Amino acid sequence: MTALVIRGGHLIDPAAGVDAPKDILLKDGRVAEIAGPGKLKSANGAEVIDATGLAVAPGLIDMHVHLREPGQGYKETIATGTAAAAAGGFTAVAAMPNTIPVNDSPETTRWMLAPERGAAIRVFPIAAATRGSKGEAINDYAALKSAGAVAVTDDGHPILKDGIMRETLAAAARVGLSVIQHAEDTRLTQGASMNAGAMAFKLGLRGMPPEAESGLVERDIRLVTELRDTRVHLHVAHTSTAAALAAVRQARRSGLRVTCEVAPHHFLLTEEHVGFYNTNAKMNPPLRSAADRDAMIEAILDGVVDAIATDHAPHAVHEKEVEFENAPNGITGLETALGLSLRWLHKEWRMPLGRVLSLLSAQPAALLNLKGRGTLAVGSFADVVVFDPKAEWTYNARETKSKSRNTPFDGWTMQGKVGWTISEGRIAYSNQA
Amino acid sequence: MNAAVTSIRRQLHPPPVPASPFPYHPGSLLSASDLSLEGISHILNRATILENADPLVRDRILAKRRVALLFYESSTRTRTSFELAAKGLGADTTLISSLSSSIEKGESLKDTGLTLRALGAEAIILRHNSSGAAWLLEAETRLPVLNAGDGMHEHPTQALLDLRTILAHLDPATKACHPERVRRGGRVEGPAAGKASPAYIDEIAADTLAGFTITIVGDIQHSRVARSNMTLLPRLGARVLLCGPKELLPDIAASAGPGITIERDFNEALRQSQAVMMLRIQAERLAGLQLDLAQYKENYQLTGPRLAAHAPTALVMHPGPIIRGLEVTAGVADGAQSAILEQVKNGVAIRMAVVERALTASQDGGRA
Repeated sequence: MTALVIRGGHLIDPAAGVDAPKDILLKDGRVAEIAGPGKLKSANGAEVIDATGLAVAPGLIDMHVHLREPGQGYKETIATGTAAAAAGGFTAVAAMPNTIPVNDSPETTRWMLAPERGAAIRVFPIAAATRGSKGEAINDYAALKSAGAVAVTDDGHPILKDGIMRETLAAAARVGLSVIQHAEDTRLTQGASMNAGAMAFKLGLRGMPPEAESGLVERDIRLVTELRDTRVHLHVAHTSTAAALAAVRQARRSGLRVTCEVAPHHFLLTEEHVGFYNTNAKMNPPLRSAADRDAMIEAILDGVVDAIATDHAPHAVHEKEVEFENAPNGITGLETALGLSLRWLHKEWRMPLGRVLSLLSAQPAALLNLKGRGTLAVGSFADVVVFDPKAEWTYNARETKSKSRNTPFDGWTMQGKVGWTISEGRIAYSNQA
Repeated sequence: MNAAVTSIRRQLHPPPVPASPFPYHPGSLLSASDLSLEGISHILNRATILENADPLVRDRILAKRRVALLFYESSTRTRTSFELAAKGLGADTTLISSLSSSIEKGESLKDTGLTLRALGAEAIILRHNSSGAAWLLEAETRLPVLNAGDGMHEHPTQALLDLRTILAHLDPATKACHPERVRRGGRVEGPAAGKASPAYIDEIAADTLAGFTITIVGDIQHSRVARSNMTLLPRLGARVLLCGPKELLPDIAASAGPGITIERDFNEALRQSQAVMMLRIQAERLAGLQLDLAQYKENYQLTGPRLAAHAPTALVMHPGPIIRGLEVTAGVADGAQSAILEQVKNGVAIRMAVVERALTASQDGGRA
């Protein structure tokens, strides 16, 4: 494999505590050497990326994406989804199991990982916690893990039954996997299509109460407490309510291994953005109140939130051009996560660049136990994003590399333009055309 | 930690909510909130003029223009009055209902709308079971769309005809309603004949209904009529009382806008009201909700004795269809205080004005 040198850039590697001008040599898919500007010893013959004036950071990691394969290639394929991810600066994504069929078997997991899928970057499948994600019978986690699964979840659906959730947490802990919960008490959300509240009443839509999320998070934390097993790791997916965050915060104070992620749309948008039935503002969990949104920002700034994850959920144009109640849930997010995080968390709300990047890389790597990723220490995987942290640009959904363009962020100003995304030493994306 | 966060939070300037592009077409009427006060006055004025105009003259206003009525739900009053209104102005109308069209075969609302546009429809009147359907149809076709009821959301022409009914009985000085002063049809022609017409107030302002209270009773949660009236009437200064059990009237309804209050005691609400609007229990939208009907009737049925005891001069309204013996007794529905059929009649006049506006709207269309 050819060697690659990234020269003249400013390395920001929060996990390694580096924030300085450095040149980097990538070789055989790994980070081979890091040195001060012009000081690399063994860079001869390597292809050179001129990163003058740019930031160099560990490739971003999205622990929550829907790649739609197998089964729904008209929305997205592993090839198109990972191409969009690479354009967004991501070098690894964790793929949710709500495919057709549901990824509840080692065969499906291996199929997703096969080279024929044409992934531009690393895909880490997350397997279904229960058979068919029906919440009734748990899967063989040891077999799924050896096939390549990095966590278990029934995402899209909750694991509702106490007994099954308890069994899931215990069994996953035994093989060293995290349990990711889609916290929604579906008994409270029948027929609902947005957040419950004044806006839902005004629009004549049935609402999902915040308690449907926080109630299940509280139930799960109670189960973790009762299990008394320090290996148990509960991760709350796409947290959207202040009450759920408060529960996570409290669990953490009690020393439990309970973590959470927040999606950019939940720290930027509110139910008001549904406007007049904008189906690109419809997702599950829904956009919440301004108070909930502010609680997301607050929890990100004060460190309660462990990761930013997009919940990238592509849907075909025709599926979203329907009555609001009939539209599927979800929006795309891979190409806008970095730009929105830098524009708002970093520029507007003054979060240090290193901390923003950590939420998008080192921390999700740690949550999913992805060894050698989320850092650029020598010996790590050569997963790198090179970007201009100051560059402002406008997102145009029509130019997306995804098969779908169901985003509420079309036309939004982004900050931080990706120049190169390098996955295990190969250039997966370059804006140099 | 928290102190630091608090200091940061004071600086939060989250992304703004973008302005709504709706309505795209100045002739559209999607929500009661689309209309400015001038726009409302204009519609009320035109309703009176068109109602009184010679049918043979009126017939030429929209001669051979094409109006499609697209109905995904059954309807008697709204459909017939829109159809009569469009035809009364000379337009050609065609009715597409979900049970006798390609909608049954799975054609989407977007494709149905585009098909109607390709067939030459210049405006579409839409009744749909999903909230927001009219916005989707307008965005996809860019034709003037008249919302004839979308799910649980709005029914703006109903609110306009309700307003016209109220204004016909309103004493501008005392804000009292006079149910006995019912306008008795009769064509009136020419300016001089205007005096024969009872006191319709067609010029409205932000205080036209100041001091006037109306109670809307029953299934508010599922009612598009309630939502449109709650949007429209307070803008003219009216106080709107909402009355009903929690299952059908969540507390959040009070925050829907200014001038709206919840009063769960029906008798108490009646005592404060110059008009009362009864709503039907919408069995088709209850979604599994169990309701004790005997209990409901006990608390919220409008009976003769209740009306006589608490609101002996109030105007009794109902958007229809009425279920006699449930929300109102037959005696009240047919009684001297009832304006129910007058509301129906006003529907034709209002819808003539709204259809005319759809096809002749100037650039601003009286938009709010």
